[in-house]
Amino acid sequence: MPNKKTTVAFSGTKEQEEALRKVISEKKDEKGALMPILQQAQDIYGYLPKEVMKIISDETRIPMEKIYGVATFYAQFTLNPKGKYRISVCLGTACYVKGSGDIYNKLMEKLGIVGGECTPDGKFSLDACRCVGACGLAPVMMVNDEVYGRLTVDDIDDILAKYE
Amino acid sequence: MDNIKLMINGMEVEAPNGATILEAAHLANIQIPTLCFLKDINEIGACRICVVEVKGAKSLVAACMHPVSNGMEVWTNTPKVLDSRRKTLQLLLSNHDRKCLSCVRSGNCELQKLCHELNVTDETYYEGEKTPSEIDDSAPHMIRDNSKCILCRRCTAVCDKIQGIGVIGPNERGFATYIGSPYGMGLGETSCVSCGQCIAVCPTGALREKDSTEEVLAAIADPTKHVVVQTAPSVRAALGEEFGYPIGTDVEGKMAATLRRLGFDRVFDTDFGADLTIMEEAHEFIERVQQGGVLPMITSCSPGWVKYCEHYYPDLLGHLSSCKSPQQMFGAVTKTYYAQKMGWDPKDIVCVSVMPCTAKKFEIGRPDQSAAGVPDVDISITTRELARLIKRCCINFVNLPDEGFDDPLGESTGAGVIFGATGGVMEAALRTAVETLTGEELGNLDFTEVRGVEGIKEAVYQVHGMDVKVAVASGLANARVIMDKIRNGEADYHFIEIMACPGGCVNGGGQPQVPAEVRNFQDIRSLRAQALYKNDANKKVRKSHENESIKKLYSEYLGEPGSHKAHEILHTTYVKRVINE
Amino acid sequence: MKSLDELRQIREQYKDILELRMHVAHKIEVKAQEAVEHKKRAVMVCGGTGCTSSGSRRVIERLKEEIKKQGLEEDVSVVMTGCFGLCALGPIMIVYPEGAFYSRVNEDEIPEIVEQHLLHGKVDTKYLYSETVKGNTVLPLQDTPFYKKQKRVALHNCGMINPEKIEEYIGTGGYEALGKVLTTMTPQDVIDTISASGLRGRGGAGFPTGKKWQFARANDADQKYVCCNADEGDPGAFMDRSILEGDPHEVLEAMAIAGYAIGASQGYIYVRAEYPIAVERLNIAIKQARQMGLLGKNIFDTGFDFDIELRLGAGAFVCGEETALMTSIEGHRGEPRPRPPFPALKGLFEKPTILNNVETWANIPQIIMKGPEWFASMGTEKSKGTKVFALGGKIHNIGLVEVPMGTTLREIVEEIGGGIPKGKKFKAAQTGGPSGGCIPAEHLDVPIDYENLTAIGSMMGSGGLIVMDEDTCMVDIAKFFLNFTVDESCGKCSPCRLGTKRLLEMLDKITSGDATMADLDKLEELCYYIKDNALCALGQTAPNPVLSTLRYFRDEYIAHIVDKKCPAGVCKDLLVYKIDPDKCKGCTLCARTCPNDAIIGKVKEPHAIDPNKCVKCGACMEKCRFGAIYKE
Repeated sequence: MPNKKTTVAFSGTKEQEEALRKVISEKKDEKGALMPILQQAQDIYGYLPKEVMKIISDETRIPMEKIYGVATFYAQFTLNPKGKYRISVCLGTACYVKGSGDIYNKLMEKLGIVGGECTPDGKFSLDACRCVGACGLAPVMMVNDEVYGRLTVDDIDDILAKYE
Repeated sequence: MDNIKLMINGMEVEAPNGATILEAAHLANIQIPTLCFLKDINEIGACRICVVEVKGAKSLVAACMHPVSNGMEVWTNTPKVLDSRRKTLQLLLSNHDRKCLSCVRSGNCELQKLCHELNVTDETYYEGEKTPSEIDDSAPHMIRDNSKCILCRRCTAVCDKIQGIGVIGPNERGFATYIGSPYGMGLGETSCVSCGQCIAVCPTGALREKDSTEEVLAAIADPTKHVVVQTAPSVRAALGEEFGYPIGTDVEGKMAATLRRLGFDRVFDTDFGADLTIMEEAHEFIERVQQGGVLPMITSCSPGWVKYCEHYYPDLLGHLSSCKSPQQMFGAVTKTYYAQKMGWDPKDIVCVSVMPCTAKKFEIGRPDQSAAGVPDVDISITTRELARLIKRCCINFVNLPDEGFDDPLGESTGAGVIFGATGGVMEAALRTAVETLTGEELGNLDFTEVRGVEGIKEAVYQVHGMDVKVAVASGLANARVIMDKIRNGEADYHFIEIMACPGGCVNGGGQPQVPAEVRNFQDIRSLRAQALYKNDANKKVRKSHENESIKKLYSEYLGEPGSHKAHEILHTTYVKRVINE
Repeated sequence: MKSLDELRQIREQYKDILELRMHVAHKIEVKAQEAVEHKKRAVMVCGGTGCTSSGSRRVIERLKEEIKKQGLEEDVSVVMTGCFGLCALGPIMIVYPEGAFYSRVNEDEIPEIVEQHLLHGKVDTKYLYSETVKGNTVLPLQDTPFYKKQKRVALHNCGMINPEKIEEYIGTGGYEALGKVLTTMTPQDVIDTISASGLRGRGGAGFPTGKKWQFARANDADQKYVCCNADEGDPGAFMDRSILEGDPHEVLEAMAIAGYAIGASQGYIYVRAEYPIAVERLNIAIKQARQMGLLGKNIFDTGFDFDIELRLGAGAFVCGEETALMTSIEGHRGEPRPRPPFPALKGLFEKPTILNNVETWANIPQIIMKGPEWFASMGTEKSKGTKVFALGGKIHNIGLVEVPMGTTLREIVEEIGGGIPKGKKFKAAQTGGPSGGCIPAEHLDVPIDYENLTAIGSMMGSGGLIVMDEDTCMVDIAKFFLNFTVDESCGKCSPCRLGTKRLLEMLDKITSGDATMADLDKLEELCYYIKDNALCALGQTAPNPVLSTLRYFRDEYIAHIVDKKCPAGVCKDLLVYKIDPDKCKGCTLCARTCPNDAIIGKVKEPHAIDPNKCVKCGACMEKCRFGAIYKE
């Protein structure tokens, strides 16, 4: 969508900016440094707001649009802040065959958001992800780093309740 | 490189080793359609319109990128090829607004032409969901309508590679891919410099200038207004293309005749403004050299370049000549000197400029460009818009007699006319500066070292016992090379000419759009420039300081070049800007 | 590392430690509840992604605690390893020398296991993988159906060593191949050896590896690159991840060998960021290899320099395509470039580059050490060696298997995979992910190799193997893959960007019952168009899931179109849920379960479903205790 604008105000700290500038100055002269810089910037800020991209653009002299084009190309970069609890549901083949699509739909219904969004209270964000490699536990979802496997739709309420 | 032999459509063809199938076919007079391919600018093999069959290949190959090899067998017109191309077009149309009747490019749209040629009889064959898009009209000079965009990426390639700006590019991926600016910014919010090169290369109506033709007609129809028109040097070298003339035809006479028939009250020439610019700029340069001013001095005729400098090199703005551009000087003189002469109230004058340029639409709105208290220029239209006006008013351009411009602001010299080509301002300035400094007449007026389409040209001239080192750059990626040198203290130039568009104004963003099938095999920059150099060579007067009307302007009104009055009317200031605020 | 001797000293030091783990070497017969007298024991716990997700890290912690408690620290070592293969049974733990295979280990079982087995030497069969228990005897793992037909080459170290310890890799003979190559072989010798082995790329199309290297060697340049494709993106495939997690040094060593062969001094590993464990282990491995001088300057004192940098992918399937991967390493949108020029001439940063995938790399050191003949002795005429498959879907033994090329699908599904759960019937197996196709039951006995898979309309791909049973709708599966492709299309070329989207829309039309037979022709025609016209291999193969299901299951498409029925009962728009009034007892459970109040009926009277309100969620059918609800 052309008008993907984050509505959450930027609240970067001085420490974050220092960390970012350090990363850029370390990597700037490496070949093809943009991706590693973006990955670390996202680690620092949790997402890639315009303010961050502007710093990267000014320091590397890579046009901001080019950086934005790269950031929106890869699924892992996000322009929106993530929730306190990041839910991702595996929609890889193994999980899909075992019904992860239903789990995903249920979560969207429960949280009142669609994939890629964050609940207004900043608590949960929901994403579909590709195979996380836990096919033995299919269907699988993750909340932050916690893995929930062999799920059924009925498990959703209990899992969400843990984080309420 | 050695030639190799291959078969195309069953005929033996010889082609240089390393040539592409497209090039080899062209040599054999076999045309292969292209859409995304722009030689040296956008070679990405993305649109797949140019697919051909190659014996032994497991799929069709893109002729624009695929190199030929000895013994290769190529088929360019098989049913499979033609059917594939047609399907590609039908797919493109499935994500296109298909509103040809009201499209500005109807008649010279590359997509439309291909659909016609490839016999697309059902444009709704693959009807389905469309990529969401919005119209971006935030920039002062242009409109982007992505519902007509076919993602050929020519625009992003010129913006990024040729201009080095990259304010537009592909975002998202897959079916959601769209061309735009970061974070949903409108083009007007970015550090776009309004050069319009993206429009010049767009094959469809996705990119277009903001059209001011109706405003012009309204002004002409208003009896209370004195409507004065000026035409930039390079307009005469390209306008003919819109009426079937070969590229590089000089249609100055018919253009003047046409403008008169359109109903303009005065038909003047920006070449006059160019001559005036040289008077001021040469004077400024000499003054900087003699008084230890900021050097190198850089020309300021190109508003795209000026805006680029403001965004990307705000620390180096002191290098810019303070001279207004010829368009603005012309407008300023019209609304002061000429208004006074005619007894007109400047408010009643509508100054219309016809420009090869879209940045001029931005320039007329700049602050500090209102010598008479009203904007120096009121409406700036492109060469393309003028052609549209002519067609709308049913003027039979081809059959008109050649006519001249009106006096006094229609008088110009050969120095003024070559402004339209890269190196032209430098050459014109040198003609005047050298003669002014030495007080002697130049034998040879041709400074050929600064002519030609190369992106960066350098020369050293012995002037009055001093080595004057000059550089000429066109295309902003080339400007960047020069500016970085200056910033790093590595440049020892005295005088630099920079034009935003590659090849100078002849290849401006407001010039007639030349389809890729022509651009890929002809250099429109040099063809159009030749028309200007021929015009210059045929002029009786070829030095700005010998323009009688200019002399009169100084004696009657301005005094000397660089005088206080000249500064008030003909000079300007610049703004420090940032990149993508 | 200055010499091979230095390397062999390390190997010697680790000999005993590693030998303990060779179950075969000890030939111990284990009877349940009978103590095995052996002081030294090694407990191997899988630390791969699958087992980590099911809690193996906690198992390890608990193990260490209990071992300490029992005072066994001296004699029992706990080793976190890579994947054993049987991911569905995780967390997995093997105790040597007995080779006792504990599955689905719960941390609460640890105290008992430690006391009984590690302290008293008694193996408690109730915690063992049931296939390894036969009466009173504990079978060696190699004799279970899952492992019997496997041949572990690329995976030989996975589960055997601690991947975070370079010495253990060296202990198994690691880095000997690099030493051998650098000290006794010319670059051309190396390429000849690889060529003679018949090794072909394991990442997709099966291009001969030696030939690829030869091309890159032939092109002169001031800099060349060796790249490892670890951007394993096929949904359901995790072979490469397991190798990187279980045996990262194998890949590093192989890349250095290739660097020597083609004349490159720099390597890049492009790995999915979604593989945090693999990334971490690679980082550790690179660091250790540098410390030992096995990467860096003047390796084995031969003047050969080679280093490796890790680059993380960022979630774009297309970056598995070689030119896109390189474009991505260069810092751009990962869009493929037209070939020619091929990467061997103009690859990464416009320099000659070779790119092989992880599994391909994992074969290289062994080919050097054991000789090309050894490798070529496995497999079929044109496809040598083994292939790792990630077995998933409707199958018992979900996990990682490695079999010689030429093994049949039936052997994999029925023997190694243990067949299909719930007694359902095999319908098809999907290989090659979104670029591959579905193989129907009629081809179960085709020996699997590159040529055969292509001939039956699928492809080897990187090795995902998803089994589907009779409940799977093949149109829905085609749609699933197309959905994936549409999501992952880079958007550069028109045939893929627009064509795959239109394909998906046509499939939607079919599964919602709105299509006509003319649409089916249009669908097929568009598939062939995309195959012929797309810019890269991914686009060109994107229609394969549709074409292969059309080839073998056309009748299902026709059922959707003509009869407006989904034979597998999957496509919701074509389903109607009904209640059999003869079976319904009127218990009202279904009506209470229905999320949309679509079921009406009085207590103790047959209920009925209002088709206009029914959302086809199937909840009622699951709840009904009388089997009265059915769909058609």
